Amino acid sequence: MANGSTTTPVKQHWANGLMDWVNDRFPLTALWESQWGKYIAPKNFNFWYYFGSLAAMVLALQIITGIFLTMNYKPDAALAFASVEYIMREVPWGWLIRYLHSTGASAFFVVVYLHMFRGLLYGSYRKPRELTWIFGCLIFLCLMAEGFFGYLLPWGQMSYWGAQVIVNLFAAIPVIGPDLAIWIRGDYVIGDATLNRFFAFHVIAVPLVLIGLVAAHLMALHETGSNNPDGVEIKKQPKDPATGLPLDGIYSHPLYSVKDVFGMTVFLLVFSIIVFFAPEMGGYFLEYNNFIPADPLKTPAHIAPVWYFTPYYSILRATTTELMYVLAAGLVVLVAFYWREIPRKLRPIVLGVAAVLLAGFFLIEAKVWGVVLMGASVLIFFLLPWLDRAPVKSIRYKGPLYKSALAIFVVAFLVLGYLGTEAPTVLFTRIAQVGTLLYFGFFVLMPWYSKIDSYKPEPARVTK
Amino acid sequence: MSNSSEATLPPGAADAEDVDAGRRRLLVATCVAGGAATAAVAWPFLASMEPSERAKAMGAPVEADISALEPGQQMIVEWQGKPVWIVRRTKEMLATLTKDAALLADPSSKRSEQPAAAQNEFRSLKPELMVMVGICTHLGCSPTAKFAPNDPSMGANWPGGFFCPCHGSKFDLAGRVYSNMPAPDNLPVPKYKYLSETKLLIGDDSKGA
Repeated sequence: MANGSTTTPVKQHWANGLMDWVNDRFPLTALWESQWGKYIAPKNFNFWYYFGSLAAMVLALQIITGIFLTMNYKPDAALAFASVEYIMREVPWGWLIRYLHSTGASAFFVVVYLHMFRGLLYGSYRKPRELTWIFGCLIFLCLMAEGFFGYLLPWGQMSYWGAQVIVNLFAAIPVIGPDLAIWIRGDYVIGDATLNRFFAFHVIAVPLVLIGLVAAHLMALHETGSNNPDGVEIKKQPKDPATGLPLDGIYSHPLYSVKDVFGMTVFLLVFSIIVFFAPEMGGYFLEYNNFIPADPLKTPAHIAPVWYFTPYYSILRATTTELMYVLAAGLVVLVAFYWREIPRKLRPIVLGVAAVLLAGFFLIEAKVWGVVLMGASVLIFFLLPWLDRAPVKSIRYKGPLYKSALAIFVVAFLVLGYLGTEAPTVLFTRIAQVGTLLYFGFFVLMPWYSKIDSYKPEPARVTK
Repeated sequence: MSNSSEATLPPGAADAEDVDAGRRRLLVATCVAGGAATAAVAWPFLASMEPSERAKAMGAPVEADISALEPGQQMIVEWQGKPVWIVRRTKEMLATLTKDAALLADPSSKRSEQPAAAQNEFRSLKPELMVMVGICTHLGCSPTAKFAPNDPSMGANWPGGFFCPCHGSKFDLAGRVYSNMPAPDNLPVPKYKYLSETKLLIGDDSKGA
């Protein structure tokens, strides 16, 4: 090799030389290795662990298709509806880009709901992953904002009346509400000013925040390490002397890279079938009334939000004057029930807050509380790490109480989701009210049932 | 500068026990001033989202020609971007309004929005002609006319009125909301006046001219 001469250095491949040049100036290899390349993950990931990488892929899809849609879309009340039809009919491949984006929105929520459900199954929100969970909840909020702002842009009947209803929710806030709603709309009714600013939020403001949060979500995850279906902390395990890895740890690359690519392939197969054969999904992904241009004088006979908002919309509708009595009773029972658990110093504060709430329940109209409850139904996810008092993380070692509670919660969520797509009747409102109570019961009763539940001991090693 | 600590700190780093109180005060004052300046700069951006001068000027009154409106019919005109309904009520329709007080949340319109001259049981200047803003006081949908008594979709004993498709609020033929509905108040009645027997001006009830 040395060719007789001792001074000739070993010839390096030009690409390695380039990497060294970059790494001397920017920690590219270090970044890759800490975030994925040398990231050590538990070896027992299962089906539920596909949805994180799928969510990242759908985010990329939405950003790319979104950029191309803005090249032809016009955020102007007089032009918006026609510009979407122009994209669909006259822009080369415009229909595909638009259907990818509209189907991508629904796919995003499917994937994220399943990703969140994984967290509920295996206690991924528990210590030390609270911040990963909170960043995730913030991502979910951003996603809802993206869905809401984006839905106004086609300027159809559902766009218009959906935005009308949601912006009017803010008008229900006492004192500042009406002015706040005018400020949000930029006009006294939903109009051109509203459309133009929703476009700005949808294409730049929220996506910027969203991308930052995704980075934070991943960095927090890669700091603590991933949870797994057994809830075993692999970082606490002894290292395998041969590999230097925790006993149940493996390098995520290339093993989980390959797994994720397989998941993406299957996902894209299903996704493509929907995009090409059922992009409207029977009115659930693209609502029929949204093919009618916005008409400020006429509300469609049946209005419902897109499917991914319907559970929350049901909670909003279920909050009537009658439900306030139940909520008031529930609050009193809850405070009495947890009284001995509340630290002595906090008791006056808890009593004060409860008294203010109780007074508010009857002094402020029910629709305001509908808004509060709808907001609370999303925000309450943030508290999960502190509501769960189980000694184990995973449902595999939790008892019948948590399993039943989770099952009831999922059923309540699905039923509320279904009811949100339907016109309100007396019976449906009743069912939605029960569903609302069960939904919140999952969270507010968790400190109790997670404490008295029976548990199996968490193993030291992951199982199959 | 050199009298207290022996260890050499990098420039800018402060030992926890060796904080220069004067400099700390200046630092705090600078941060407060900077924060106040940032908040002040945020104001023009937030205020730019208020309705523009053009949007504020769009509230002019509109005329409505009611000569072709038959008894039992409804017409819709646009005022300030909102639907305004004009309904010529029949004798039978008016008769339902005197009997339904027990069903209503605010039968005498005490907390609802209407000009003083229209705060009566028919909520109108002339009993037969109803003018109201067709925007539900719940969340702003426009309710649907359900004039037929005993409409099967509205349940038995329905006297005729309006139904909001969004959240199910029911209103009578004077826009008064039924009790225990999502909507808290009756549909608003705008300011309006008769320019002639067949012409209304909506958005203005000033006397004269």
